[in-house]
Amino acid sequence: MAIDVTAAIAANRFGLGARPGDLAPIGTDARGWLRAQLHGGAPQLQSDALQSTEQILAGAEPILRERREARQAGNADAAAVAKVAMRLPQYLRPIYVNDARAWVHAALLSNRPFAERLVHFWSNHFAVSIDKQAVLGIAGSFEREAIRPHVMGRFGDMLLAVETHPAMLLYLDNQQSVGPNSMLAQRAAQRGRTLGLNENLAREILELHTLGVDAGYTQIDVTSFAKVLTGWSLGGGQGRLASGPAGTFVFRPEVHEPGVQTVARKRYAQADQAQGIAVLGDLAVAAPTARHIATKLARHFIADDPPAAPVERIARAFERSGGDLPAVYAAVIDSPEAWDSANVKFKTPQDYLFSLGRGLALPPESEARVVSAFDLLGQRAFAPGSPAGWPDRSSDWDGASALMKRIELSDAVAQKLSDQRDAAQLAPQLLGGTLSAATRESIARAASPAQALTLLLTAPEFLRR
Amino acid sequence: MFSHRPPRSDHAPDPLRQRLLERRRFLQLGLATGGSVLAARYAFAAPAVTDARFVFIILRGALDGLSAVPPYGDPDYARLREQLAIGAPGSAGGALALDGHFGLNPGLPFVHEAYGAGEALILHAVATPYRERSHFDGQDVLENGLSRAHASQIGWLNRAVAGLPAGAAHGAELGVALGQNVPLVLRGPAPIASWSPSKLPDIDDDTLQRIADRYASDPLLSHRLGDALATDRIAAESASAIDEPAAMAAAEATNMSAAAAAGAAAARPGVGRYLETVRTAAGFLKREDGPAVAVFDTTGWDTHYNEGGGQGQLTQRLSALDGALRALKESLGATWSRTTVLIATEFGRTAAANGTRGTDHGTAAAALLLGGAVRGGRVVCDWPGLSARALYEGRDLKPTMDLRSVIKTVLRDHLQISTRTLDTQVFPDGTVPYAADLIRA
Repeated sequence: MAIDVTAAIAANRFGLGARPGDLAPIGTDARGWLRAQLHGGAPQLQSDALQSTEQILAGAEPILRERREARQAGNADAAAVAKVAMRLPQYLRPIYVNDARAWVHAALLSNRPFAERLVHFWSNHFAVSIDKQAVLGIAGSFEREAIRPHVMGRFGDMLLAVETHPAMLLYLDNQQSVGPNSMLAQRAAQRGRTLGLNENLAREILELHTLGVDAGYTQIDVTSFAKVLTGWSLGGGQGRLASGPAGTFVFRPEVHEPGVQTVARKRYAQADQAQGIAVLGDLAVAAPTARHIATKLARHFIADDPPAAPVERIARAFERSGGDLPAVYAAVIDSPEAWDSANVKFKTPQDYLFSLGRGLALPPESEARVVSAFDLLGQRAFAPGSPAGWPDRSSDWDGASALMKRIELSDAVAQKLSDQRDAAQLAPQLLGGTLSAATRESIARAASPAQALTLLLTAPEFLRR
Repeated sequence: MFSHRPPRSDHAPDPLRQRLLERRRFLQLGLATGGSVLAARYAFAAPAVTDARFVFIILRGALDGLSAVPPYGDPDYARLREQLAIGAPGSAGGALALDGHFGLNPGLPFVHEAYGAGEALILHAVATPYRERSHFDGQDVLENGLSRAHASQIGWLNRAVAGLPAGAAHGAELGVALGQNVPLVLRGPAPIASWSPSKLPDIDDDTLQRIADRYASDPLLSHRLGDALATDRIAAESASAIDEPAAMAAAEATNMSAAAAAGAAAARPGVGRYLETVRTAAGFLKREDGPAVAVFDTTGWDTHYNEGGGQGQLTQRLSALDGALRALKESLGATWSRTTVLIATEFGRTAAANGTRGTDHGTAAAALLLGGAVRGGRVVCDWPGLSARALYEGRDLKPTMDLRSVIKTVLRDHLQISTRTLDTQVFPDGTVPYAADLIRA
């Protein structure tokens, strides 16, 4: 029996939920099944229909130009201006939907669901959110270009890919930040205009992406780091900052703050972009970063408030390997605490919908409906609403209204599918050794196949992982 | 293989069974009377503990207090703010007049009317005890009521409602969160409901009964399901009880002010969603046996870039909030006179504009008390000024008032929570003084 529990934990807590037939091959080697997923390279998305950030933002250029011209022409015709303003979301929204569907497709069908969950973990760690229109079209390409290639690589490489990606630069406003003593700022000053810093990206890199909020850095560190990052920008655009191909990272020396900077007690004398690369290189392997990442992984895979011992072990694996991520994941898999007891984490809507889709083997044509179900359950795809990402504690997701919506959704799905899915047969296949006698009995005594399926999808052990 | 015998429901804990029963009666009544369910009172099913109502609106992302309540009379304001400065009343895109020194952002016409009617109290240079600049820790302190982030998983408003006269013995929900989940400020042992609009079809009673039976051995799930059943019923009742003309007027007012803030239609925050939220909140709060407190969140206040002055992005967002507040007053009807609304944020923003026509994370901000119970028509603040020497760490508006003292005073004078509970349970860190005369006697 205990063996069954580990297979279900591997598939449901570490993976994205068991599909019918998944648990048997995992068998008694749950850890081996997870470790095998760390090989096989980057978990990339397979789809010809997806565009690169460069393609997407290049396609936006004519629309942006038109919008600028309409604005410059004055507000004489407000309706015309508003119509032009709508063209950008009209262009970006289908791109977003396309990416969201490909993302759901991969989650529902992946044979490396642990690797896929790690992609989601890192996308959420380095969160961008489509409620800022600038990233509406490129949140998906950001995950494909900056996260996926490095999920089985080194943390430092992912960090650099993220902080130079147009989506992050736009999301945290860095493309507009200007060194107060840069060439451009001096020229502007002669014309009586002040240009200067925007410290948003620098602060969130320190607080959220690397060291963590309690690591002891100061406001002075934030300001200095913001100066280091001036000039980190992207191509395309308009006016004073136009240059380079649209949608690619561009370093703009005329915007960069010259001179030596001190960040977290270390001097950085490098010129231009090399200065920022050096700071990120140090942050990526700093001890507080290791602890910050270890705590988040332990919260995700072990418990809302993880015990100290596994956090310590995972952090050591991070430090010893210099941020080699498969070594870090291995430390998570090897933590006995992660296998201690079943069903400790209340599923997020994302966890819930992926496990439901996998468990019921939903056909590809339902992917669009899964995307809209994210909205209904309060976790719209690529829209965490804050650079901190979605919260990862049960109390953030287990509200009364949230539970009721899961129940209503389960029921609606069950009404549709109950003639093709047998809950009594599915239950042990999805929940393995974590299936309780009470749930088994409630399914067996159900008044209809649809009701039986609803009872499976709303069972306490299916609501948790 | 499917039994047709109804499952035994005597496993379900009593409150949950009670609610299922009430739901059934509610549905039957709805059918019997052609949808009119006004006669029925199911409710939070317990005697009221107070008739005072308190609403907390959290502005997540750090509201720029110097734009929401511009101190246009301060000699340093225009210089620091450059294009973001909001000018004196009467100037183009200028402030709405308050007291000759402070004005209100032009996106806040309803708040301005309420100020004129003595129902809006403006607080400035106010902050929680948090002195760093992380949104997420700042919001944690705003909600946990202590002096450090992550010091408690129980919010101050949960501790407060537990201290309502007879609150602990009340047994039914004392507060409601308008959202799918409960924000930290309301989390804790005192029972709290949450509600959000659902587009999903209703589930049949028998299935729900069986789910409830299955949850009988799971305290968290049975508790949550019970809460959901109670709030869904009340929301359905209030939806049918909405005063249509008032709702229409509210919608119109909101749309008008939002339309006035022209351009960027696509980026306009969800005015419509605010409206549904505040109307439902009002539906809960109006009930004699309803919850005493309600909380809802708004986001999008993190204006690092292109914040704008009297007609920019921030003004549009404020305008959406203003429309929601107007709708709240109209939906509350007579209950407005017994209501206090607190609007606050985790911290303010830099005194000076940053290099990208926005502002970065700062310290003190403005807060607002609104409602018929408020002794308003005043700006309450010990203004520290904006000179280089006066700024906190040379960059932010200096806090001269602790937000906890405002909250404490409202909880004492409005919700009648004892000072002993407030000083030992709700805000146990340090001895924060009470403020004077925030609430009408």
